[in-house]
Amino acid sequence: MKVLVAVKRVVDYNVKVRAKADGSDVDLNNVKMAINPFCEIAVEEAVRLKEKGVATEVVVVSIGGKTCQEQIRTALALGADRGIQVEVEGNAEPLVVAKLLKGVVEKEEPQLVILGKQSIDGDNNQTGQMLGALTGMGQGTFASEVVVDGDKVNVTREIDGGLQTVALTLPAIVTTDLRLNEPRYASLPNIMKAKKKPLDVLTPADLGVEVKSHITLLKVEPPAERSAGIKVADVDQLVDKLKNEAKVI
Amino acid sequence: MDYALTDDQRNIREAVLKHCSQFSDEYWLEHDRSGEFPTDFHLSMAEAGWLGIAMPESVGGAGLGISEAAIMVQAVAESGGGMSAASSIHGPVFSLEPIEQFGTEEQQQRMIPPILSGEQKMCFAVTEPNVGLDTTRLKTRAEKVDGGYRVNGEKIWITNAHVANKMMLLARTTPLEECERKTQGLSLFFTDLDRAHIEHRIIPKMGRHAVGSNMLFISDLFIPEEDRIGAEGEGFKIILQGLNPERILLGAEAIGLGRVAIDRAARYARERVVFDRPIGMNQGIQHPLAKCWAQVESANLMVMQAASMFDAGQDCGVQANAGKYLAAEAGFEACHTAMLTLGGMGYAQEYHVERYLREILIPRTAPVSPHMILNFIAEKVLELPKSY
Ligand SMILES: Cc1cc2nc3c(=O)[nH]c(=O)nc-3n(C[C@H](O)[C@H](O)[C@H](O)COP(=O)(O)OP(=O)(O)OC[C@H]3O[C@@H](n4cnc5c(N)ncnc54)[C@H](O)[C@@H]3O)c2cc1C
Repeated sequence: MKVLVAVKRVVDYNVKVRAKADGSDVDLNNVKMAINPFCEIAVEEAVRLKEKGVATEVVVVSIGGKTCQEQIRTALALGADRGIQVEVEGNAEPLVVAKLLKGVVEKEEPQLVILGKQSIDGDNNQTGQMLGALTGMGQGTFASEVVVDGDKVNVTREIDGGLQTVALTLPAIVTTDLRLNEPRYASLPNIMKAKKKPLDVLTPADLGVEVKSHITLLKVEPPAERSAGIKVADVDQLVDKLKNEAKVI
Repeated sequence: MDYALTDDQRNIREAVLKHCSQFSDEYWLEHDRSGEFPTDFHLSMAEAGWLGIAMPESVGGAGLGISEAAIMVQAVAESGGGMSAASSIHGPVFSLEPIEQFGTEEQQQRMIPPILSGEQKMCFAVTEPNVGLDTTRLKTRAEKVDGGYRVNGEKIWITNAHVANKMMLLARTTPLEECERKTQGLSLFFTDLDRAHIEHRIIPKMGRHAVGSNMLFISDLFIPEEDRIGAEGEGFKIILQGLNPERILLGAEAIGLGRVAIDRAARYARERVVFDRPIGMNQGIQHPLAKCWAQVESANLMVMQAASMFDAGQDCGVQANAGKYLAAEAGFEACHTAMLTLGGMGYAQEYHVERYLREILIPRTAPVSPHMILNFIAEKVLELPKSY
């Protein structure tokens, strides 16, 4: 069984994100970039499926400029077998990504596509669902457990109020939640091996997709700074302030 | 001339930093307090293949250079692990070099892989209490007996000897009086650390408590012939091979520690508000930190130059020594400045910089003192008369 995993290059989660001075976008100058944490969980899940003998090949795909090859190499170092970069300049929006992924799905014909539930930069939480709609494949989103069983995959989903398990017929789409697994740390031998694994570069034209933007970014601004806290003298004053100033009780 | 890391080197740095992020500041603080060897950290690094970074693939290594090894130990120190983390894993990176270069095929296969996998730990026993930096006068005696050698003597400062299974030992096989040259008559061994014949005593010291250093008392230790590395009497020449890499790595670690100290101090200076402004708004706080940054990063260039020269097979003695010297001095200044930046909290263990300050004094004094480095540069570069 072939597994396709989508990974995105995003600002590292440890970095404090800043807006550009002119408010046109987030400032990415000299900022540490990394693989989106949910995508990393997706890679880990695919590699575990391979280690269990369920998957035979793990292919990672990333959509972006040449720099996203770094994140593909990271995924290869975690155990994926080969990589595909779809060359797109700038920040591709979810629908464009979903269309490009559909192109890759048609080309590769994976039985399972694993994506992160969202990327920590745009927080859109759309790509997996859109890919489901475009390809007509079943989707199990917010997965906290994935069990492949013959021609089905059982996906335990984290939903409001508890867990829900859905059975999907393969081929299917899974998006990962935080508790699905804890990704491993790349070992040095695997980092070395990753250098030799194949990485193909495709253009949107190769996939018959026209990259067209439907969203215009108007403005990026930092959240308002929190005003300083106050000290209260006693419980009565606290209750009074919560009731009459903050109006939360 | 290219001063930037290659893509591979950047990958290595990122991967090591990420690996080390599993081990928190509290982990290192607790180990410094308890004096317990950081076993989990050591094993995790071994299992992930990092100990063999500069060893050939034929013995289970990754076949990379000392440049990559320096980048690795630097990231280890910079992660907040400091010298505790670095000294728990750096031994194999440079101390196995003599076996790799002078050992027989059988010795390489027998000795190196168990160290790289973490199954065994090693220590490196050279320094003696009554000899100091004048290594050619080592007194520990290895007498030829049937099938091998019988060893008696004392060693001091032997790091990790209390947790090691193996020992790299430099000992005298021919009395100094009988040698033509003072660099002859010493032999190198890699052998079991047999506790029936080696007593150890941990030296209470200033910092890096998790990685202890020991006095060793060796009495009638038998070492089989097959544990001698290289020819008898050539030990001094052989260990010289590992010295430049050791200096380069120690320098890189000092840079790592300097960087984390500056980072912690800058973070604190941005957040701590006194007199209605962040303390970092005062140039009296900014300038010393900025100066430390400039010094640490320029020292790093010398360390990395030495590393690339070593990897290119060039003689890098001067650069390796100068790099270790500059890195340790700049790292010390950075740790000290960081402590002052944090004010009273700089002296509290929970802010970590006091630990860095205690640890940075190790690369400042060991494995070779600043005095001896300056002696060396004066003699080799400035062609001044040898002073010792
Ligand atoms: C934490 C730690 C860990 C160590 N781990 C190990 C280890 O694992 N294995 C090992 O073999 N060793 C180890 N060492 C030992 C270290 O390498 C020695 O401390 C070092 O080589 C200096 O030797 P010494 O302490 O005997 O100094 P000495 O030789 O006694 O020198 C004392 C002082 O005099 C100065 N001095 C001496 N001669 C001259 C001169 N001609 N000109 C100017 N100044 C001079 C020196 O620079 C030094 O400051 C460790 C040391 C420390 C502190």
